Amino acid sequence: MESKLLLSIYVLWLREMKRLIRSKSRFVSSLAMPLMFLIFLGSGFKGVQFQGVTSYIDFLTPGIAGMAVIFSSTFAGLSVLWDREFGFLKEIAVAPVSNVAVICGRIAGSATTSVFQAMAILILSVPLGFSPATTGIVASLPFIVLMAITFTGMGLFFAALIRDFHGFGLVINFVIFPLFFLSGAVFPISNLPSVVLPVAYLNPLFYGVDGLRAVLLKNSVLPAWFDLVASLIFSVVTVIVGAKAFDRL
Amino acid sequence: MYSIVVDELVKRYNGTKALDCVSFKVRKGCIFALLGPNGAGKTTLTNILTTLIEPDSGYAEVAGISVKEKIKVRERIGVVFQEPALDTRLTARENLEFHAMLYGVSKKEREKRIEKALELVGLKEWQDVLVEKFSGGMKRKLEMARVFVHTPEVLFLDEPTLGLDIQTRRKIWNYIKMLRSKGITIFMTTHYIEEAENLCDMVAIIDRGKIVKIGTVDGLRRELGEDTVYIELFEPCRLEVIEKFEEVMEVNIGEDGKTIQIIASKGDELIPKLLSSLSRSGIKVKAVSVKTPGLEDVFMKLTGRKFDGV
Repeated sequence: MESKLLLSIYVLWLREMKRLIRSKSRFVSSLAMPLMFLIFLGSGFKGVQFQGVTSYIDFLTPGIAGMAVIFSSTFAGLSVLWDREFGFLKEIAVAPVSNVAVICGRIAGSATTSVFQAMAILILSVPLGFSPATTGIVASLPFIVLMAITFTGMGLFFAALIRDFHGFGLVINFVIFPLFFLSGAVFPISNLPSVVLPVAYLNPLFYGVDGLRAVLLKNSVLPAWFDLVASLIFSVVTVIVGAKAFDRL
Repeated sequence: MYSIVVDELVKRYNGTKALDCVSFKVRKGCIFALLGPNGAGKTTLTNILTTLIEPDSGYAEVAGISVKEKIKVRERIGVVFQEPALDTRLTARENLEFHAMLYGVSKKEREKRIEKALELVGLKEWQDVLVEKFSGGMKRKLEMARVFVHTPEVLFLDEPTLGLDIQTRRKIWNYIKMLRSKGITIFMTTHYIEEAENLCDMVAIIDRGKIVKIGTVDGLRRELGEDTVYIELFEPCRLEVIEKFEEVMEVNIGEDGKTIQIIASKGDELIPKLLSSLSRSGIKVKAVSVKTPGLEDVFMKLTGRKFDGV
């Protein structure tokens, strides 16, 4: 039974990978926005110091890696709407695989894509002046994966909520962008007005980005273990919520 | 031996009964059609049998397994939906590979079956083309190919030829017949009466959530039992010439006395007798035609309404 479950997850993951390889241009173009943020904010705010990090590009890069993850994994969750539109969801619905496998396969695919995206950001930012702790790249993987799981789950939840593409822009503009700006990705959340601080502390991206800074810069608001535990809790909760939502889809 | 057993199935949507105490059995290895107008409950019934939705009450089993055991049922069935359910960003071959893997077909077997399936539906040259470039007919063929790849015990087809041109339609019919010859039971919904007539061993007519009639196509026709024979003559004739045959049930003569409508039990047997009798009486016949009742007539007789699906 377990081996069958794993096999189904593998098949579904493989499909996501095939699609990813097929649409290389999409992968590259989805990197375009985070890269622009990285280049323009990085050069525009050169010399700005936050949290005692002397170079702004150092401060910014983990935040932009988080940005790449939140966008790509939320899209991955929302992409069930495409699968439903093109009828493919039905092919899976009548296949002898459990919903657990379907969701795990999607999350696995989305996490893989997110790791590639975040790694691309981290590597491309080096010529821009980013100098991470060498062990940090490997240590950043659990944070990237947990963020990817969290936001894929969130994407599934919103897919069930909005039901069709028309709500897509709403999710991006009124959920993803606010979460991004309230995550400390481009500036510390301590600079925010105190009214929105509680929202920032409930933002999974905050813990992900802070965790990335902890391992890449050895500089963070919270200890790395705390960020990791918080990210883990967020990922478990959103996957359960996302899976419930997927059942209703 | 039955492949599908349905017993007193009920499904409600917002209080109205989409399925109202439906019961029937489908024998193994036959083509069974659920015929009915749009909104009659065909899709609801198909969705229950393919484990997509659960009934409110009643029992249903497919390939000997209760539909409550979803995964076990899904292992034994194939489904071709009304709308294509393909990954348009993958190639035809990749779609088949993905499907075979989902149904646990081993790698060696997979290659063999995919080759054969592609050949059968005539998509071999298109195997490496992305499905998004396919026409509706090609997509349907690819979906039929998918069935060959995992060889289910029971195949569900929801309106298999909806929106297809005549030629593709005939091809799909041939595939369906071929699948039956391999011992696969086929359960299909259709609102094309000629599809049911051409293809099916058994037909159930469903209307407003209820099965109003079930039987073989010939059986249902025979039950109606009336042919209509039309004769056109060059000159009027007397009624007795026609009325003497035992098959004749009713005769209507037009005002000119030259066009005659005869309701008869066996129209095809009546015509030769009638023609020789007319020629003996020296009456010249201009034209003859016979209309045997179709499922449409059966539907009309049973429900008192015209079949709106055609």
